[in-house]
Amino acid sequence: MIEIRDLHKYFGALHVLKGIDLDVQNGEVLSVIGASGSGKSTLLYCINGLEPIQQGSVIVDDTDVHAKGTDINKLRTKLGMVFQQWNSFPHLTALENVALAPKIVKGKSKAEARDIAAKQLIHVGLGEKLDVYPSALSGGQQQRLAIARALAMEPEYMLFDEATSALDPELVGEVLDTMRLLAEEGMTMICVTHEMGFARDVSDRVAFFHQGVMEEIGPPGQIFGDAQSEHTRKFLANVR
Amino acid sequence: MEPTVSFFSGFNVNDLWFLGEAALRTLWISMLSISIGTVLGVVCGWILYEGKLAATLTLAPFLDIFRSVPLIIQLVLFYNFAPIVGLNLDPFASGVVILSIYTAALVANVARGGIEAVGAPMRRAARSLGMTYWQDLRYVVFPIGGRAVFPAWVGVALGVMKDSALVSVLGYVELLKASQILITRTQEPFLILSIAGAFYFALSYPISRYSASLERRWAQ
Repeated sequence: MIEIRDLHKYFGALHVLKGIDLDVQNGEVLSVIGASGSGKSTLLYCINGLEPIQQGSVIVDDTDVHAKGTDINKLRTKLGMVFQQWNSFPHLTALENVALAPKIVKGKSKAEARDIAAKQLIHVGLGEKLDVYPSALSGGQQQRLAIARALAMEPEYMLFDEATSALDPELVGEVLDTMRLLAEEGMTMICVTHEMGFARDVSDRVAFFHQGVMEEIGPPGQIFGDAQSEHTRKFLANVR
Repeated sequence: MEPTVSFFSGFNVNDLWFLGEAALRTLWISMLSISIGTVLGVVCGWILYEGKLAATLTLAPFLDIFRSVPLIIQLVLFYNFAPIVGLNLDPFASGVVILSIYTAALVANVARGGIEAVGAPMRRAARSLGMTYWQDLRYVVFPIGGRAVFPAWVGVALGVMKDSALVSVLGYVELLKASQILITRTQEPFLILSIAGAFYFALSYPISRYSASLERRWAQ
């Protein structure tokens, strides 16, 4: 379970997150929507400690992410993250991309790591591409490679930071299908997304962020059908 | 009739061996200096990239000096002034010290460029998988950045190999010094310098060919 309490984040003088309180239960799929600059991506970065916070706390399974003594590298193996830019390692094949972290971070043997990698690549539909270098993969395939790479660490949570925003429109579907598959398998997911269809159909809850504040959170039916906040209604009217 | 006395004698096969041996010395001093200098340079490049104020303030001007002062002046100054501070180095050791620092000064900038070539998003992705700072550096930044600046590094290495000719001014008998000795004896500068040039080419060409084939393989 992820518990966020009174989270404040500044970039210099800029107050990016203004007191976020949020719990994410195991098995839940939460979509986070909102305009660019509303702090949604920053929230993800604070959850796995890629950005320091200035006030409040983030607790993942009873571990305080930002506490001094926390082994952040160990904690991050629990929190898989997929970025807008897929960031495949260009010098490694698809299989090596996925096998690298299990080998060096978790200390798996070479053979074990390769087995895990092959399994995850098949899982995301890249079973044919094991020995291909990323430069020969499409954007959608590279993003699925990034998902496989995160899954190979056997995370308990997956954080998606606008995973489809940088993709050509015709490639968005295959990545969303993979995310949908994970959701069906019961993965706990926080998805920062501009894909309203995905947010509506796949999420258990949808959170709307506006200027660093979580304005509204609730089941998709409520957010998309009966939003309480003026800002939410305006935002949704504009994206549709 | 007295026989005429000649102080000169013609070029013969033994002289070719003499030049060949000297070429090996050129290769040896270059390889040693480039290896040491590259390791030092990568460390310096990393320090410059991390940009801690004190390091940048002290290291950057130091490297600038070695990059800007002509190598021949550095060699002569070091060789003649090192004994004053109690360092009695022979020409070879002096050459290795200066060539290594010179290489490091050039490689530092190349290395910093290589680290910069690996963007912050790539490194965040590596860290998000649970890699430590050093694992990220070792398995992600060095391989990716290294490939990006490899051609620049090869340029530095080939340049240093040719510049190693300057160690001849200290009396170390490498390729150029050996050529000078033979020219004095045979009075055939055109022939001997051509042969020496061919040796330099023979040392450089395989390296540039090999690096080109490596680049092609990485480009796949």
